[in-house]
Amino acid sequence: MKILVCVSQTPDTTAKISFSPDGTTFNSAGVQFIMNPYDEWYALVRACELRETLGGTVVVLNVGPASNETTIRKALAIGADEAVRIDAEPQSAAFVAKQVAEYAKTGGFDLIFLGKETIDFNGSEVGAMVAEHLDLPYISYASKLGLNGNLATLERDIEGGVEVLELELPFVLSAAKGMAEQRIPNMRGIMMARTKPLTVVPPVPVEESVKTLQFTLPPAKVGVKLVDPENMDELVRLLHEEAKAI
Amino acid sequence: MVLVYAESPNGHLKKSAFEAVTYGKKVAELLGLPCVAITLGSKVQDAGELGKYGASRVVQVADAQLDHLDSQVIAAALSTAAQQLGASIVLLSHSSSGKTIAGRLAVRLSAGLVSGVNSLPTGNASELRVKKMVFSGKAIVEYAITTPVKVLSLMGNAVRPEINGAAVSVETLSVPLTSGRVRVKAVKTVEGKVPLPEAEIVVSAGRGMKDPGNWGIVEELADTLGATTACSRPVADSHWRPHHEHVGQTGIAIRPNLYIAIGISGAIQHLAGVNSSKVIVVINKDPEAPFFKAADYGVVGDLFEIVPRLTAAIRKFKSTN
Ligand SMILES: Cc1cc2nc3c(=O)[nH]c(=O)nc-3n(C[C@H](O)[C@H](O)[C@H](O)COP(=O)(O)OP(=O)(O)OC[C@H]3O[C@@H](n4cnc5c(N)ncnc54)[C@H](O)[C@@H]3O)c2cc1C
Ligand SMILES: Nc1ncnc2c1ncn2[C@@H]1O[C@H](COP(=O)(O)O)[C@@H](O)[C@H]1O
Repeated sequence: MKILVCVSQTPDTTAKISFSPDGTTFNSAGVQFIMNPYDEWYALVRACELRETLGGTVVVLNVGPASNETTIRKALAIGADEAVRIDAEPQSAAFVAKQVAEYAKTGGFDLIFLGKETIDFNGSEVGAMVAEHLDLPYISYASKLGLNGNLATLERDIEGGVEVLELELPFVLSAAKGMAEQRIPNMRGIMMARTKPLTVVPPVPVEESVKTLQFTLPPAKVGVKLVDPENMDELVRLLHEEAKAI
Repeated sequence: MVLVYAESPNGHLKKSAFEAVTYGKKVAELLGLPCVAITLGSKVQDAGELGKYGASRVVQVADAQLDHLDSQVIAAALSTAAQQLGASIVLLSHSSSGKTIAGRLAVRLSAGLVSGVNSLPTGNASELRVKKMVFSGKAIVEYAITTPVKVLSLMGNAVRPEINGAAVSVETLSVPLTSGRVRVKAVKTVEGKVPLPEAEIVVSAGRGMKDPGNWGIVEELADTLGATTACSRPVADSHWRPHHEHVGQTGIAIRPNLYIAIGISGAIQHLAGVNSSKVIVVINKDPEAPFFKAADYGVVGDLFEIVPRLTAAIRKFKSTN
């Protein structure tokens, strides 16, 4: 079993989000970066579990600059066997997807795992693009995966429920909650991660199709209007007349 | 031409399909183009209704192979249809299936993709400018798509469906299909409730409820409002409520018109999934709870007294309106 797990690095959820004065670039000064939670908790851990029961190799892949290597080492500490970094700024989903697909073509992977979305750009775009480049099936929002030889059984989250699916390897999958439980790397994992191979690969060129014009912050809430707890008729009136929400 | 993919799980057009056609019509007007809707599958009913929301034509690829979501098959069918019809913009819903298809379509059509747009675009056919929320609702970004063909997916509840035309007759379109590899064995959905990502009103409760046995007052409020229920993560983690109700950074992100948070402190990871809601009401006994900073309306007090009082007030309002 050979599994490729795509992990991205994102600002921590609690990070203060700000931009350059002209609104064109994210201000990373003082921001703590983490592994995208869906990639770490769900995709990577499930891949490691499968390798533990079935044998094989888990390769983590990140498209990003050398400063991402702390995140990549953490993925190795959690249990991946080797790592690949495509040495480029992850400019867009289209760019990342092309890099992942080009690398995957060289590897003979049975499964390619991603997270359901990155918490910075909230795109949910990369997985479907990778699958199309590779002409493979794509199961998004997978919350369960079982394997029996070459046959996979999955549950996929849909609006208000789940879909139960079956298909044969290989395919691409994006992982959602339910797929696995978060693992905290232990001391042994951290020590071993230092000696596991991390290969740096140059990017392939991609023509950009979407330009970022400007970031802005959403208008601040004007402030909460407090309503007398004894007077819920007043809240209902406000919701109807002022907020037009009911 | 603007081509809108109108989703129809089990043959029924979804609200998000009407939203997408309403939005597609406005994009088409901006660019001086016609708006055409497309449905896929053998069971679709009343597709002609899409005309009422602004589609000047409705085409249908009526093949049973398209009844289930296999993104390989659906994306191939949609991209062939888009090419046959000469679409310059393809619009989908940013739903679980839309997200599964959009990236594939963009690759197939060599199109720039922006997913989860939440307001009308500006610009023109060569440089279309669209906005979406990023950083889990903490910022807005504007993109320009510059490719000849563009793919967009529309965030749920971003526009209200608007009737501005009449039903049209449905044309059949035939496109060659590829064979799929995904077999759908079962679909398990919670019957009778509006799924959380589509709900216009959401009533959500947290650890302040103390015990799963106390949820009756939350459900009663939700039923009175025709709302869907949600919960914070610790509530789902301790199995007080089902996992599919968990909203926030690690659960699902929602964008209802009204979000009522009961006994939830408003941790940033919770807010990440709900702060794009149009109106937020917070009920909490702690006036310092961080959620009040993100709220439009707040009630400071004991939820066990306030929630039944609010339910009664809404009943009274509903009986007179
Ligand atoms: C990486 C990460 C990801 C996370 N993802 C999520 C996520 O997706 N979703 C999520 O929800 N959380 C998430 N969390 C957890 C989050 O940080 C908070 O711990 C959680 O949201 C708190 O849940 P709560 O508000 O229900 O409980 P608490 O924080 O315990 O708050 C309970 C609230 O109820 C109020 N209360 C108590 N009794 C009453 C009463 N009688 N009447 C009125 N009010 C009362 C209290 O004043 C308090 O404000 C995540 C955390 C981490 C670290
Ligand atoms: N720079 C990156 N390097 C590797 N994988 C990535 C990168 N960006 C995104 N991904 C993967 O693609 C998934 C979906 O990302 P997105 O489409 O941006 O929401 C993430 O959960 C990751 O698994």
